[in-house]
Amino acid sequence: MTGRRLFLAGLAFTLGLAPGVKADPLGDAEHGATLFKRQCAACHQIGPDAVNRIGPHLNGVFGRRLGGLDGFRYSNPMQQMGADGTDWTIERLDAYIENPRGFLPGTRMSFRGMTDGNDRSALIAFLRDWSDQPQDIPESAPTATRTEPQLPPEILAIEGDAEYGEYLSSECSTCHKRDGSDDGIPSILNWPEEDFVTAMHEYKSRLREHPVMQMMAGRLSNEEIAALAAFYATYGE
Amino acid sequence: MTLNRRLFLGTLASASAALSAPMVWGQAKPHVVVIGGGAGGATAARYLMKDSEGALDVTLIEPNATYYTCFFSNLYLGGFRDFDSLGHTYGKLADMGIKVVQDMATGVDRAARTVTLGNGDVLNYDRLVIAPGIDFVDDSVPGWSLDVAEVMPHAYKAGPQTQLLKSQVEAMPQGGTFAMVAPPNPYRCPPGPYERISMVAHLLKTNNPTGKILIFDPKENFSKRALFEEGWQKHYSGMVTWIGPDLGGANVEVRADTMEVIVDGEAEKVDVCNVIPAQKAGMIAATAGITDDAGWAPVDPASMRSKSDENIYVLGDASAQGDMPKSGFSANSQAKVAAMAIRGELTDSRVFPARYSNTCWSLIAPDDGVKVGASYEPTEEKIASVESFISETGEDAALRKSTYEESLGWYSGITADMFG
Repeated sequence: MTGRRLFLAGLAFTLGLAPGVKADPLGDAEHGATLFKRQCAACHQIGPDAVNRIGPHLNGVFGRRLGGLDGFRYSNPMQQMGADGTDWTIERLDAYIENPRGFLPGTRMSFRGMTDGNDRSALIAFLRDWSDQPQDIPESAPTATRTEPQLPPEILAIEGDAEYGEYLSSECSTCHKRDGSDDGIPSILNWPEEDFVTAMHEYKSRLREHPVMQMMAGRLSNEEIAALAAFYATYGE
Repeated sequence: MTLNRRLFLGTLASASAALSAPMVWGQAKPHVVVIGGGAGGATAARYLMKDSEGALDVTLIEPNATYYTCFFSNLYLGGFRDFDSLGHTYGKLADMGIKVVQDMATGVDRAARTVTLGNGDVLNYDRLVIAPGIDFVDDSVPGWSLDVAEVMPHAYKAGPQTQLLKSQVEAMPQGGTFAMVAPPNPYRCPPGPYERISMVAHLLKTNNPTGKILIFDPKENFSKRALFEEGWQKHYSGMVTWIGPDLGGANVEVRADTMEVIVDGEAEKVDVCNVIPAQKAGMIAATAGITDDAGWAPVDPASMRSKSDENIYVLGDASAQGDMPKSGFSANSQAKVAAMAIRGELTDSRVFPARYSNTCWSLIAPDDGVKVGASYEPTEEKIASVESFISETGEDAALRKSTYEESLGWYSGITADMFG
């Protein structure tokens, strides 16, 4: 399988856009959709109802200015690159996805990077489908669905006690730095409350892997999770 | 007299600092004195200052201008960090308004609520936090005392001792023997001695592949044992020998002049001997009269308040609290509970239920990290473990690498949480 993909990728490279074949020099967008669901969708949305969550939505990312979405709080380096006039191109997306912190030191994106070039080109092909072919969006609705199970609305509706959350957060800040930097451990600043609550409940129910987080979340009540979410939603702004 | 004059001067200083808020005589802020600038003390001072928003005066007493963390000092031994990366200073804490005093606390008068410093100064306190870490129990390893620590280092308080041990390992003759006398429970950093063995083995594998490592251990078992033994087999096959109590590990004496370890009466010649003695609370806890027969300071599980004195809190290694291991993570966790309790008493701020947690990461070989952790809650009699986890044997390399990288993130996080 890998051999064939490599072979095809090589062909596409040499032949460019072969006539009559809807060859995508970028890679297999369907495979990209799978990768997106698995590795990106916890933070990024894409598709008709996509909105900014932990990460910015990715509709129309091709050609977009770095840090260019209104209403999303980007890292300073990302804003700076945007201010310098940098747009997202295939090459830049490729470099960023391969090694986010190598491409953009100081980025808030807590993603290790994708080393496999075929995977990256597949993912970029998928992203491009949502950029320059907006008419295709309705057909690809499944990719826009959240991968997380929805929590009961009453849990999401709990209004968090941010002062209690501040106390509880002292348990988080042993590892998650209060200045929002992330070196081996992700930043949890300014997450939308719903995402924070969802993530913590997923650790609690062990849908998400990570023994420390499963333990930490495991003993938090619904109210305590809401309190933390309320505190972190605005902390550091 | 001294006291009054100091109070007067102190008040003047704060008044001139807060120009817009003239000081009213007799309304001095409550004063919290913290002894020890490590994971417990520095965290407590920082949280007291940060969360009280100016309502408390906080003084931190620490003899060292630069504090070297004991956690991660094994990584320096293994060549994974430079020594300077373990050092932290108190500038940011001072910038917050904490009065950082570089001196040793030598006495506590609980009736008068005062602390005496090495230079003779006397500080009064409303609440005292004692977080001095550990000291060693005299004669726990016959033949060893601090007098021979330059020959047989303990390297269990990070600093020159750690550097000495590293230089000794590097100078070992080819095919030589490194011996560790491991401590009995309870002691600081349960996986620490065995992570150290891993790091020494890593150094030897590179520089001295025929070198041998012997561990003399008075304990039947040790922290993360299955993980360490798996790792030693995998990375350092044949190099490490663990000698438990059934083979004489509990009956050990050392002779520094001849570099010998005597096990069950039989002498073993070694080239480097790392003696980690039995431990007790840092001396000031005993001086203050708040320690038990075992040498640790019992505390109330819900607040870390000393069971001997309602105005004193004890944090970290020095405390006897129940199930939490003596670790930097634990001390940091306990400090936040104590800081909240103290603020509640002195400023009427909200007090929430205590919650504690701990995780200890250990490095076995390059990119081969493991971890163990638990959450805790106070019960009537102790801080009790609620839930725990441990890395599994046979984990894949990617997970172990990610665990190691996570530990780097933790170091960065906890040191920022301690020192700002």
